[in-house]
Amino acid sequence: MHIIESGNVAAATGVKLARTEVIAAYPITPQTPLTEKLSELVDSGKMKAEYIPVESEHSALAVCIAASSAGSRAFTATSANGLLYMSEQIHWAAGARLPIVMCVVNRGIGAPWTVWNDHQDAISQRDAGWIQLYACDHQQIIDTVIQAFHIAETVRIPVMVCYDGYLLSHTYMPFEIPEQDAVDAFLPKFSPSYFLDPKNPANLNTVTLPDIRPDVRGNMAPGYMEIRNNLHTDMRKTISVVEEMDRKYQKTVGRGGNPLIEKYRCEDADFIAVCLGSLSYQLRDVVDTLRGEGIKTGVAGIRLYRPFPDKTVAAEFVNAKGLIVFEKALSYGNQGALYSDIKSALYRNDNRPFVHNYILGLGGREIKTPDLLHAFRISCTDFRKIGDDPQWIGLKL
Amino acid sequence: MTQKTTILTLPEEELVHPGNRACAGCGLSIIYRIGLKALGRDTILVVPPSCLTVLQGLYPIAATQLPCLNVTFASTAAAATGVLGALRAQGRKKTTVAAWAGDGGTSDIGIQALSGACERGENFIFICYDNEAYMNTGVQRSGTTPQGVITTTTPIRGKLQKKKEVPAIIAAHGIDYVATASAAYPLDLYDKIKKAKTISGPKYIHVHCPCPAGWGFDPRYTVKIGKLAVETGLYDLYEIEKGKFQLTGPSRKLDNKKRKPVSEYFKTQSRFKALSKKRIQEIQQSIDEKWERYQDQAG
Repeated sequence: MHIIESGNVAAATGVKLARTEVIAAYPITPQTPLTEKLSELVDSGKMKAEYIPVESEHSALAVCIAASSAGSRAFTATSANGLLYMSEQIHWAAGARLPIVMCVVNRGIGAPWTVWNDHQDAISQRDAGWIQLYACDHQQIIDTVIQAFHIAETVRIPVMVCYDGYLLSHTYMPFEIPEQDAVDAFLPKFSPSYFLDPKNPANLNTVTLPDIRPDVRGNMAPGYMEIRNNLHTDMRKTISVVEEMDRKYQKTVGRGGNPLIEKYRCEDADFIAVCLGSLSYQLRDVVDTLRGEGIKTGVAGIRLYRPFPDKTVAAEFVNAKGLIVFEKALSYGNQGALYSDIKSALYRNDNRPFVHNYILGLGGREIKTPDLLHAFRISCTDFRKIGDDPQWIGLKL
Repeated sequence: MTQKTTILTLPEEELVHPGNRACAGCGLSIIYRIGLKALGRDTILVVPPSCLTVLQGLYPIAATQLPCLNVTFASTAAAATGVLGALRAQGRKKTTVAAWAGDGGTSDIGIQALSGACERGENFIFICYDNEAYMNTGVQRSGTTPQGVITTTTPIRGKLQKKKEVPAIIAAHGIDYVATASAAYPLDLYDKIKKAKTISGPKYIHVHCPCPAGWGFDPRYTVKIGKLAVETGLYDLYEIEKGKFQLTGPSRKLDNKKRKPVSEYFKTQSRFKALSKKRIQEIQQSIDEKWERYQDQAG
């Protein structure tokens, strides 16, 4: 069924179709319509789930951590400072290997206060051990939310589904809602191999020592470092799991095809713009214009940001002359996070393209298509002008 | 609960394995052993960082036979909420969910989540074992450290501020059961936990818990000192059921005229050595006034 609705409603609909059992959330702009919708679905009886209106984001993720540990499918959503307030729990959920799904409705971080979109919130949590998927339209939001549960439960790693605040969360777009039967065929029931159970008691997340240690039967159990290595190893395996889930989703629901990177006119492109989220759509217009000028350009929207599909990046961009990374976040005092990741991935190639970095749209600063066009054109035609330092687009003072 | 549990009627089955990592004379190890007997096997525990985390053992060995979720410091009551949510979603409604935290994890960093869970009416038992400082990290002051007490962060003059009255704060949420207990009277705690299990909604039990290492006394005197706190009328055992306050057990039986002077309690522990005679007199006076109020209420 096709409907025209907001990105937040697309996310809520995905959560409902995934038969989520426990939802906990604390309101923060621009996430609020998502949790309001879920409250309405649960309160009206249209969705069979426990909705827990907690007193903070820290507690929202605590509820999900505990519910998931007790064997239930759990969901939360937040933005910006709410995500940062969760930070301790974000790391905990990953270390405890809990397949929680969280929508991060991307918003800039205070101070000073801003409620508008950029990516600094999710990027600041990129090293926590969560899978990060970025959606660039409403269809991708609902499809990615549904897939996220399957990915998370397959590798026992939590997933953030990130989408742009206001630009996607509050805008209305047509999208297709998958049939419940198709979703059920895609997503099996959550049945963890262990959970909190008095009949089979276990002490979860206990204190570990620096070294490995025998259990009561004399068998060596992993120490902190082995447990963390398992997380990293499984994160690397997740790249192929994301591809596999995309294939399965295509078969059962009928959509997909770009699990890691969504490309637009990249096949013969000399210069490729790289970005996260809805910006890739705006860049498509720029690419079309530049193509009209005879400059062979394309856009690559990174869908899977963590684990980073570095080998795919290196292989996909092996023939490009230049990559231009447009980013709504940065590592202050250094450069854009995605820019660093792209350069690092390309290091394995013998012929490396130049890579430029543009920082833009922080705190919702309007991203004007002519500005994008101007920057992209300079990078393609006069690339030596641009150094390694990130260039800021849209500064007015 | 009309029939009081005695040492003869206490269940024999042990849910805490013999041999754990608690210090000698640990008040917590007494109440944990007896408390789990009251909670029973069909219980899920939620524990934040505290001495209990250490007592329960280092991975991969556990000292308890109940399933336990170790959670972050500030999230105990919210995590208990999450367990309850999952149990409801799965139809596992008989299982008891018990959060067990120290005084810091309850009165300081954990109070927001606890307040939220009480306001939401979550059906769980929250047990705070109050050893009156951050003991696991090496005896730093907490919100429930009494005034005048020497800790490693109040090392010279003792704590300047008063002890936070956590049971009163929790009672202000209007929940149906708030009680205090003491490690020196474990069977009283046993009966209070058993009663809490019969009440739906949030239940809060605050347990005074002597700590030889943190309080500065010989490990053999844990029970004696716990009793002295009650016998001097400093720490009172009571229940607040549906808003109705009543002294219980040894505090109820305490003959006001035979109440021991509080100085007897203070002199047993090195943590009180910064208390001046004047200050001890003031504390004695406030205890006397409190007990006069109790008598007025009773009379």
